[in-house]
Amino acid sequence: MSAREQAPAARLHIDWTRCDARGSCIELLAGRLVADEWGYPSAPGMNAAEQSDVPLRADELDAGRDAVELCPRLALTLRAPRS
Amino acid sequence: MTIAPDATPQLRSASSIRLLTTIGHPGWATHLAAFGPVPERATGLVDMLRDAGLVGHGGAAFPVWQKIASLAGAPAAIIANAAEGEPLSSKDAVLLANAPQLVLDGLLVLAGSLAPRAKLLLYVNPLSLDAAERAVAERPDGHRIRVTAAADGFVAGEVSAVVDALSGGRGLPRDHPYHLTQKGLKGKPTLVFNVETLAHLALIARYGAAWFRSTGTPDDPGTRLITVSGMGIAPHVREVGGGTTLSGVIAACGLAETSVQAVLVGGYHGVWVEPSGFPRPLTARAARGTTGVGAGVVHLLGRHECGIAASSTILRYLASQSAAQCGPCLFGLPTLSGAFDEVTMGRGRGGDVLQRMLSTLPGRGACHHPDGTVRFAASALGVFAEEVTAHRSGRCRAAAGGRR
Ligand code: SF4
Ligand code: SF4
Repeated sequence: MSAREQAPAARLHIDWTRCDARGSCIELLAGRLVADEWGYPSAPGMNAAEQSDVPLRADELDAGRDAVELCPRLALTLRAPRS
Repeated sequence: MTIAPDATPQLRSASSIRLLTTIGHPGWATHLAAFGPVPERATGLVDMLRDAGLVGHGGAAFPVWQKIASLAGAPAAIIANAAEGEPLSSKDAVLLANAPQLVLDGLLVLAGSLAPRAKLLLYVNPLSLDAAERAVAERPDGHRIRVTAAADGFVAGEVSAVVDALSGGRGLPRDHPYHLTQKGLKGKPTLVFNVETLAHLALIARYGAAWFRSTGTPDDPGTRLITVSGMGIAPHVREVGGGTTLSGVIAACGLAETSVQAVLVGGYHGVWVEPSGFPRPLTARAARGTTGVGAGVVHLLGRHECGIAASSTILRYLASQSAAQCGPCLFGLPTLSGAFDEVTMGRGRGGDVLQRMLSTLPGRGACHHPDGTVRFAASALGVFAEEVTAHRSGRCRAAAGGRR
């Protein structure tokens, strides 16, 4: 089931000025993020606004927290879902 | 237009010349004679702005009253933005050269009405620095306003870049997960308005919402400044009433509509409009049956010009203007520009790369530069599709001298 069909539990915010395409978030959130040709995360099927604030389902929250912790560039934050 | 010595001291006409009333006479005395003093504070200003229907003139066309209503607290700073990084726009420079006091009025009446202790900042393109400083020095309450020269570049006017510069940074867009009305300059609620927006606001504070609506249309009230260029006409700024059409602008330039192949509306982040769209009204934001004019750029392309070549040049420029902070923008825009050339200039390959850039770049940057660039590229591909086909068989409108 996609995040669209289910109310998202959180948003993963990407600070693109920090992201350096190291890719650990892409591995941790393999169902949600893919790498573009330069290794930067991209959220297929999501609209433009959701590319920087990727909606996560409840069952993706743990992986989201890990991604935030492990991002070597401190580019990620978890935010409340858009109301 | 000059002001006659016996002119009534208040501008009350419904004409579409408002901001440029004092054209050629930017001085304080002329300003007071033309408009009278701005109130120190305007009670019910936010309601008045809502009733007037004033929206921002910097490009995003966001309702002014709504921006004020979204403040998390009294604004710590109010910023007038005239960075004007768009190469096809000079309306802010023309406004500051001819009616700078209206802009300063706008800052002061906003402060007086919302936050008397707010910092008042004017962020101007270096070309307008002298005019801005002269205007501030000339008025008795000018000491309250600090003028700063804007950074260079296309994205310098992006609001988070403005705040970055005024915080001592290099003037580049910043990641801003919160609206500036929540956390802006030094983390405090901040208002940023385009200078033209403030000039309109200063007139509404004087004359009210009904006066503002006495020109333009119900959906697009008041006037706007537009910068017209292309087809060999000298680039110039006009003040037009809301709801003006491209047909009207073309006629006002003394050109035949049939000589115009397409019009770039809204600047380098805007869209090309075909002749079938010329009779549609230009409105702040695109709606059904209208063309969104954003910050007021109208650039004409003649029948004998190649729209693909023109678009290719603009795309290359936009790629060069990436602030090189965000990977998808830094790498993606040159790739988009290269693939656009491959596909449209007859070499043919790169269609999949082009499609991938168009669909994956939007939203993946700290500012909307990738989004605007993709919108422009997509519009060029749509409007000049026939030209692309012609290029494939080795023909070009520019070389062929007009319509085939
Ligand atoms: S882990 Fe951090 S630096 Fe690496 S791709 Fe993800 S956001 Fe970018
Ligand atoms: S999206 Fe591009 S222009 Fe905007 S901040 Fe990032 S690199 Fe700079």
